[in-house]
Amino acid sequence: MIPTILFYAFAAVLLVAAIGVITSRNPVYSALYLVFAFVQSAVLWLLIEAEFLAITLVLVYVGAVMVLFLFVVMMLDINVEQLRQGFTKYLPLGVVVALVVVIEIANVVWFRSEGRAFVTPDPYPAGYSNTKELGSVLYTDHVYAFEIAAVLLLLAIVAAITLTMRRRPGLKQQDIAKQVAVSAKDRVRIVKVESAKE
Amino acid sequence: MIDYSLAAPEIFLTAAICVVLMVDAFLRAEQRRWTYTLSMLALVGTAICSALFGVDERLTTFTGSYVADPAGDVLKLFAYLIVALVFLYSRDYLEENGLFKGEFFVLGLLGLLGVMIIISGNNLLVLYLGLEVQSLSLYALIALNRESARSAESAMKYFVLGAIASGTLLYGISLLYGMTGTIELGPLAAQLAEPGGLNVPTVLALAFIVVGVAFKFGAVPFHMWIPDVYQGAPTPVALYVGSAPKIAAFALAWRVLVDGLGPLHVSWSDMLIVLCVLSLVIGNLLAIVQSNFKRMLGYSTISHVGFILMGFIAGTEDGIRFAMFYTIAYVLMATAAFGMILMLSRKGFEAENLEDFKGLNARSPWFAAVMLLIMFSMTGVPPLIGFYAKLVVLNSLLEVGLVWLAALGVVFAVIGAFYYLRVVWYMYFNEPVETAPLAPATDLRVAISANGLLLLALGIFPGALLNLVARVL
Repeated sequence: MIPTILFYAFAAVLLVAAIGVITSRNPVYSALYLVFAFVQSAVLWLLIEAEFLAITLVLVYVGAVMVLFLFVVMMLDINVEQLRQGFTKYLPLGVVVALVVVIEIANVVWFRSEGRAFVTPDPYPAGYSNTKELGSVLYTDHVYAFEIAAVLLLLAIVAAITLTMRRRPGLKQQDIAKQVAVSAKDRVRIVKVESAKE
Repeated sequence: MIDYSLAAPEIFLTAAICVVLMVDAFLRAEQRRWTYTLSMLALVGTAICSALFGVDERLTTFTGSYVADPAGDVLKLFAYLIVALVFLYSRDYLEENGLFKGEFFVLGLLGLLGVMIIISGNNLLVLYLGLEVQSLSLYALIALNRESARSAESAMKYFVLGAIASGTLLYGISLLYGMTGTIELGPLAAQLAEPGGLNVPTVLALAFIVVGVAFKFGAVPFHMWIPDVYQGAPTPVALYVGSAPKIAAFALAWRVLVDGLGPLHVSWSDMLIVLCVLSLVIGNLLAIVQSNFKRMLGYSTISHVGFILMGFIAGTEDGIRFAMFYTIAYVLMATAAFGMILMLSRKGFEAENLEDFKGLNARSPWFAAVMLLIMFSMTGVPPLIGFYAKLVVLNSLLEVGLVWLAALGVVFAVIGAFYYLRVVWYMYFNEPVETAPLAPATDLRVAISANGLLLLALGIFPGALLNLVARVL
């Protein structure tokens, strides 16, 4: 009973947050609403005992992706008015896409489930760790793929540095070693000024 | 229990890459040759690992995601050889053009690792990851020369198209997983072989996977990136893109289509026939009008891909063997052809136009002769290896009764002869425009001569390579 109430409560907040994402006029608010929506869906994951996914969702999406997103939104000067242009032009296409999605959802949720009861998965016994299970599969059955993914990340780092790191001529940079090693006579020149003769 | 020794070459190469990367970071620009030497040593070490831990039978490890078999070992050894040749041919060119960076070698080795992962992949997820490792290193390599807008443009094109192709492949894989509940090739084939295995969703998934594989090969209509990348990339990178990844493309097609989706041969051979015919027609016809040699080689690759696909279309054991034979032969030819461009180029001058080969015979009769061998081999003139490669794939088509396709292949091979022989005509019957003497380094000179002569030797004794391929596959 209590999980059901919790589900509806969090799902309702999730819907409100999702609507907020697309209705707010300020892109920063939209991004913040999206963070809110992610947190709510993380709780929904928790309710079906998928703790690892819940934590990952918060850590990766809220912690990394959305922060980056906010940075970009704040750094770029997005002209909202320009984005709004052509709304009526694209409206028919948008309506068609929305209708297709609604029909698909109805098909899955309603027509296909007719005559079939929704089954709720059996709750896991106490002490079951979702993270541990995932980890044990990841590091045994799929260890090869996992290692390749690690190589892929290394490759991405090498590629990114190759493509972006370069010494531009005339770039003003600090050379700490040089600054420390500097001596007084490099910086201060004592000049004997002849006093003006009358 | 995981048998790590089967994956010794991959493990050694990964460790070696990390060493090269670390050492390179501490080298000064004038010591960069050490990176080159270390990379070569890494290749030798990997080859030794492959030889020591080679297998006589098909073995799997890592809970079925890694497969070691003799054919895979042979493909890997050829891949090491090709990458070593790429590094050797590229060295002087890179030094002269200010591109001699450690990243070229590190990314080159990582690309090779991707090729090896694909060759030994026994599960769709691993094959996909291998493809990504290989493609990502290629994207970065193509954009290596940051001064060139053309390189950046071709890298961007390849990246966007490649990302779409990877997505397509992955979509096919996920559909297939949804249908069968497995990503391992063996069980997948077993499931698909059962009655009812051939249904609409499976064929849909198959179509997506064929698109991904065709993009990797560069078969028409998924060839758009090839001419641009060959022309836009720095020539050493074009050499790299044109050689080792073709082995990976063959391995991908062999593992996925034959090992995994073999029971669906009726469906995918029809798709490949379309790709094959289009590749032969478009590749050969567009190659004729090119004036840039690199671009022409791009279109010629497309037409050769048509021939490689013929072996798969036949689908017999011999067909796959001959496709492997053709792939190895083609890669040797392409490496030699690009090596020739690199050798004729010098600081500030790219021998990338057909005109640059004018009068090569007057400048250096020996290199003109080697180039003649390469061009004749690509045309398919006996007794060079290119002839036997074409002969055996066409023969495998005749065995399954696809006479019309074989005839079409012959017709377009003849049409293709025009643009290869034009290069020969330029070399022997034109006055040289360039008169600068050719003075490549000794090891380069020896390697490219050996590469050219290998085409002749394997053409005279095709049995050596044919027997090897027949024994392992």
